[in-house]
Amino acid sequence: MQDQRLVESLQAGDEQAFRGLVQKNYGSMLRLALTVIGNRSVAEDVVQETWLGVLRGLSGFEGRSSLKTWIYRILMNRARSAVTGESRRKALFSEQDAVFPETEPSVPAGQFTAEGKWIQSPSNWASSPESQLLSKETQEVLAQAASALPAAQRAVLQLHDVEGFRSEEICDILALSSANQRVLLHRARSKVRKALAKHEEGVK
Amino acid sequence: MNPKELVCREFVELVSDYLEDALSPADKARFEKHLRECDGCERYLDQMRITIESVGSLSVEKMQPETMDEFLHAFRDWHSES
Repeated sequence: MQDQRLVESLQAGDEQAFRGLVQKNYGSMLRLALTVIGNRSVAEDVVQETWLGVLRGLSGFEGRSSLKTWIYRILMNRARSAVTGESRRKALFSEQDAVFPETEPSVPAGQFTAEGKWIQSPSNWASSPESQLLSKETQEVLAQAASALPAAQRAVLQLHDVEGFRSEEICDILALSSANQRVLLHRARSKVRKALAKHEEGVK
Repeated sequence: MNPKELVCREFVELVSDYLEDALSPADKARFEKHLRECDGCERYLDQMRITIESVGSLSVEKMQPETMDEFLHAFRDWHSES
């Protein structure tokens, strides 16, 4: 098992192995910590503490989850405990949204007839040149739409569609039920799609 | 109208469950039936797929070189203590 070998390398003091592991995960860990905490310097501290916690706890890693999931779980625990007192109330990660995700429709009701059919068919993106979707402008629209999401939605979207975690792993890391995880993911994707659609309409 | 038939307004709410393979066999069949018969929803599903792909290309935070130095320092300390 690859994780087990990596753990053994770390325990043997292999700096290249450690460097590689940190490099691969630091950016997305910081992004997730920022989503939960909302304060960059606290988030950076939390990521740093997480790595220290990973090293200290390494001998207790049993391989029941992947090493990456295990690391992210430590990160989330640290992030949650870093959000205390006044900042807990202001915390971006509203527990409310994680338990009862908002239920606004994926597509505004006004785009459907009374019978629930499209008034105007969605436009065909598959035919637009790939370069347009990868353009700097589109990337900005995308980044802006993602950062405007409620924190729980943003966290699920990042872990699922950016990091490629499996749904069960995300439930484990964020302590969500699988039904809520899917609702949050769907809300997030639908809103990002809506932002891209709006942008595309404007470009035309 | 057959109450089991999906309408577009319902279809758009099921897209992630469909892509995650989380629909019951009956719902999956209704979803795919609607998809075959509705060009608008076929395009909508494409838009969602393209959205998901694009999200995958979002960049993550960069790491400062000093930060890696601090981590390596901590790693050496940890290894020499253990």
